[in-house]
Amino acid sequence: MAEKKLMKGNEAFATAAMNAGCRYYFGYPITPQNEVPEFMSRELPKAGGYFIQAESELGAMNMAYGAAAAGGRVLLSTSSPGIALMQENLSLLSSVELPVVLVSVMRGGPGIGSIQPGQADYEQATRGGGNGDYHTIVLAPATIQEACDMIYKAFDIADEYRNPVMVCADGMIGQMMEPVVLPPEKAPLTEEEIWEKKPYALTGHKWKRERNAINSVWLQQELLEEYIYQYWPKYEKAEAELQDWEAINVENCDTLFVAYGSVSRVVKEAMQALEAEGYNVGLIRLKTLWPFPHKAFELIGDNCKNIICCELSMGQMMKDVKAEVEGKYPVHLINRVGGMLLDPIEVVDRTKKILEVK
Amino acid sequence: MAGKRIFIAGFGGQGVLLIGQMIAYAAMFEDKEVSWMPSYGPEMRGGTANCTVNVSDAPIASPLVAECDVLITMNGPSLDKFESMLVPGGDLFINSSIIEQKATRDDINVHYVDCQHLAEVEVGNGKTQNMVMLGAIINATGVVHMETMQKVFEKVFTGKKAKLIPKNMEALSVWQPA
Repeated sequence: MAEKKLMKGNEAFATAAMNAGCRYYFGYPITPQNEVPEFMSRELPKAGGYFIQAESELGAMNMAYGAAAAGGRVLLSTSSPGIALMQENLSLLSSVELPVVLVSVMRGGPGIGSIQPGQADYEQATRGGGNGDYHTIVLAPATIQEACDMIYKAFDIADEYRNPVMVCADGMIGQMMEPVVLPPEKAPLTEEEIWEKKPYALTGHKWKRERNAINSVWLQQELLEEYIYQYWPKYEKAEAELQDWEAINVENCDTLFVAYGSVSRVVKEAMQALEAEGYNVGLIRLKTLWPFPHKAFELIGDNCKNIICCELSMGQMMKDVKAEVEGKYPVHLINRVGGMLLDPIEVVDRTKKILEVK
Repeated sequence: MAGKRIFIAGFGGQGVLLIGQMIAYAAMFEDKEVSWMPSYGPEMRGGTANCTVNVSDAPIASPLVAECDVLITMNGPSLDKFESMLVPGGDLFINSSIIEQKATRDDINVHYVDCQHLAEVEVGNGKTQNMVMLGAIINATGVVHMETMQKVFEKVFTGKKAKLIPKNMEALSVWQPA
C-alpha cells in the first residue's frame, strides 16, 4: 500500500490532479481554495506543466478551452462566486464537448458572500447558469481521501464523456488536514497518444487527416438540432452509469437522512448519538449530485416515516429529494446558511424536535 | 467515541495550529484515524486562531465538534470563550504565563502550564513555548506516544531545521502532571 500522507485538502486536490496526468492549471485566486493555485504554481512547472494565474475566472476558462482543445488534461479551481463567473464557458465547453475538471471549494453566498464553508451552490452546480441544453457532471466528496479519488477519476470521466466534470468540495474539506493515500502517478498523454485517443484535438493535421475545427457557432439551426441529438445520448448514459451514493441502513430505518459532502460527516456523528438513544436512523449520502442518485431512493424500506435533508443551503438539495419521493414521505430540512455550520449536537436536537412534532 | 476530540485556541503566532498538526502527524504515524481542522478567515498575527483535532481508532465522522475532551487555551479570551465546550471529566490546559484567571469549573481536570517560564528557563529557548504545551498535552492525556514525536520532528524539521530537533524534544518533557 502506498504511503499515507497528512495533507491539507486543497493541496491533496492539486496533487491528485497532477497524478492523473494533469499538466495545465488556470485559475484566479479566491478563498477558501487558494492553496490549490499556490501548490500548482510551485509544482506544475517542475513536472513540465503550465500554471497561469489568469486575469479573471472567465479568462481561466478560456485558457482551459484552449488547452483542452489541444488534448491536454486541465484542472481549474475556484469557489462559489468564481463558478458564477465561469458559467458562460461551462456552457461553451459543453457545446464543443471539451473535457476539463473543475473543483469548486464552496463557500457561503449569495453574492460575494462569506468565505466560510457553504453548500448553497447545489443548484448552481447541478443546473448551471450557462445557456442551452447541457449538463455538468458533478461529484461530491466527503473526505480528503474521497476528494483525491474523485478528482483522479474525474479526469477519466471528463475524457470518456468529453464534458466538463465539477468536483464540489467545500471550505471545510479544502482547509482541513487528513491522512491520504495518493492515487498512483499517470504520465500525461504524449503527442502521438493524443492523436490516437483524442482524434478531435487540435494537434495539427500533419497532412495525414482532414483538419479539425472546434466551433460553437451554428448558424444553420437544422444542423445544430442534429448535433444536439447526436451528443445528447451521452447524458442519458451518464444518468444510467454514473449515479453514485453511500447507503447506511436505508432499507430498515424509520428516519432517513439525506446529505452530501462535509455535512454528511456531521450527520454520521449525529446518527451515532441518535442510535445510542434508540432511534432507528439511516443515511443516503449523495456522491454524485448530477446525475442525481435516483437508484439510492429505490432502497427505502417500509419502515421509513420521515426523510430529513441536512445541508448548508435553504433547501436546494431538498427540492431534488422531494421530487424523488413524490410525496410518499414527509421531507424535512435541517440547515444552516451563509457560512454557518451544522454541528452534531444541533443535528441531534433538531432531529428530535422534528420527530416529536409528528 | 473511542478517541479524543481536542480543541486548541489562542492568538495567531502562538503555534496553535502547529500544536494541532504535530498531534495529527503523531496520530497518523501510530496508525490512528485523525482529522485537523483550522479556523480560517480574514485573520492575522495577533488575531484569534483555533483548530480542532480528532484522534480515534475508528474513522472520523465529523471533523467539526460542538464539544471536546481536551481543551488547550493559550490566551485569556480563549479560556472565557471555550471553557464550556469541554465535557465533564475532560482535560483543560491553561497557558498560565499569560492567563491570569483560573478555570471556573470544578468537574474537569485543570492543568496550569507556565509555558513562557518553562521554555525560557528550563529549555533555554523562549520560542519553544508551544512545544512545552504540546508536551504537557501528551504527558497528561497520552493521546499519542512521546516516542512518536521524534519521528514527527524528523518529518517536520528537515534540512537546516534538523538541528532544532533536540531542543524541541527537550521542551516536550519539561512539564509533567503533578
